[in-house]
Amino acid sequence: MLPLFFEQAANGLQFGLMLFLIAAGLTLVFGIMDTINLAHGSLYMVGAYLGAHAAATTGSFLLGLFTATLGVAAIGALLELFVFRRLYARDHLDQVLVTFGLILIANESVRWLWGDRPLPLDAPSAFAGPVEFHGFSYPAYRLLLIFVGLTLAALLFALLKFTRFGMWVRAGAANRPMTEAMGVAVPRLFFVLFVVGAALSAFAGYLLAPLSAVQPGMGENILILAFVVIVIGGIGSIRGALVASLLVGVVDTLGRALLPELLRTLTNAQLASHLGPTLASMSIYLLMAAVLYFRPQGLLPTRL
Amino acid sequence: MKRLPHLLLPVALGLFATTVPWWLAWLEQDYYLGLATRIVIYALAATSLNLLIGFSGMVGFGHAAFFGGAAYLSAYLTQYGWYSAWVAWPLSLAFTGVLATIIGLFSLRTRGVHFIMITLAFAQMIHYAIVAWPAAGGDDGLPLVQRSSLPPLDLADDRQLYWLALALTGAVLLALSYLARTPLGHAWIGIRENERRMAALGFPVLPMKLACFVVSSLIAGLAGILLVQQTGMASPTHLSWTTSGQLLVMALIGGAQRITGGVKGALILLLAEEWLAHLSAYPHFWIGLLLLALAFRGELARTILGEKGR
Repeated sequence: MLPLFFEQAANGLQFGLMLFLIAAGLTLVFGIMDTINLAHGSLYMVGAYLGAHAAATTGSFLLGLFTATLGVAAIGALLELFVFRRLYARDHLDQVLVTFGLILIANESVRWLWGDRPLPLDAPSAFAGPVEFHGFSYPAYRLLLIFVGLTLAALLFALLKFTRFGMWVRAGAANRPMTEAMGVAVPRLFFVLFVVGAALSAFAGYLLAPLSAVQPGMGENILILAFVVIVIGGIGSIRGALVASLLVGVVDTLGRALLPELLRTLTNAQLASHLGPTLASMSIYLLMAAVLYFRPQGLLPTRL
Repeated sequence: MKRLPHLLLPVALGLFATTVPWWLAWLEQDYYLGLATRIVIYALAATSLNLLIGFSGMVGFGHAAFFGGAAYLSAYLTQYGWYSAWVAWPLSLAFTGVLATIIGLFSLRTRGVHFIMITLAFAQMIHYAIVAWPAAGGDDGLPLVQRSSLPPLDLADDRQLYWLALALTGAVLLALSYLARTPLGHAWIGIRENERRMAALGFPVLPMKLACFVVSSLIAGLAGILLVQQTGMASPTHLSWTTSGQLLVMALIGGAQRITGGVKGALILLLAEEWLAHLSAYPHFWIGLLLLALAFRGELARTILGEKGR
């Protein structure tokens, strides 16, 4: 039981960190510009596709990573300039309408270009096997993801905490009108944020591709998870996003792995095998509803 | 135009809609009766959101829970031989009502973006609960054993099912346009415009909002029940958040604050889908472009669709 627990906890940490990369850009966009972007999951999907395609043609995993990140950063820049810039002042209904349209366009475009069948992407051969550590063995690729996720999260925090740009972002998230009054060009700030958010999301999409399937519609489930993270953490709060994504990653992964076992000791096996997965997949939404009910501003809100 | 009675257009459209099965038979295009039925049913489902958004200003992003929930329960009841619509449908609606009351009591504590998100969260819970429930067929969905019996109607006849859906949709539209002129309708609009003032005036704001939420959910549930009759299947798609999004988009492109907005939206979206599916292997690409065009042509789009500014 104990090795299983540690392995699943590590998987949860790894998933949570990737979720953080996806949610980080979205929460800032949401917090500063009060804009609902349903198409954020599509950026994640397009990143995985671009990367998998580049990796398949060049044979280099790293080149795929660069293509995914830079390609989606460029797409994000175009989207910001031509679509989102016109959306900020609109109400949430228009934002839902437009970004829902973008999802449809993105899903059909990847079907058009790459077909319905999932694209294969293997982890780089150096990280294909497991790592042995004091009798525990753990997939090397997942360990790499944990390491990369932690590094990027630390970099992002340093950027937000110690640079002038980061100070503007934090100020914008906490009180946008005041920040604008102090002379910060919030629209330009937001352009950079949107592009960085898009690139981070594509980065995570590509890195997760060897563990999941690259297929049309893959962005939609992750989008909903990212929204759960954002709402639990507090809209616009990057610290909240980190805490919430680790919470969601661990609760989701551990719940799926351990709840059926746990229930088996309490009730009969048949009921447990049905109830376990249900409760596990519902657990994060229960968590979200509970947070919204008791602390509508999220766990670590930005606004004071 | 101003001298013409304002009832002329709805009556003409209603007459046309009623005679659609005969037109299709005359054109030997009976295949499209299924599409016509789906349009009417989705119009009903989208109208439920026009009630919620248009009257009390709440943007629900989880109506798939009620639409799909009622669909599943009504399909499930046929598995146990409950074919009578007089029994199975009210039961399914009662379940939807209870569900909506519980979800509403929690969700109505929040506003704006948080309301959008919490309704989404509840809908996802319902989705996973039903899909994981062993008797509901998992990812394959739940087939309807046979269409409900609703004497004196015979729903096995596609035309009678169409007329039933049309009659129910028409009745709901009439009821809503009547409701808009009642004190309750005015109070809902007052809540939409200024909730705090309505509370200060002594209106029971929370029960009124809850009533609007539950009624809206019941309409969505009724549409779900009808859809299962038409497709013969309750599927996980009906519960997914994309269905909530699709219904919302229908309600929006027809004009969110208009009672007839959902009807226009369902008509535009489903007809465009059908037409584009003939032209292209990737119809939703063009639908996406259409949504963008509708949103960004702004005033122009609103004039075409008949919404008089906002």
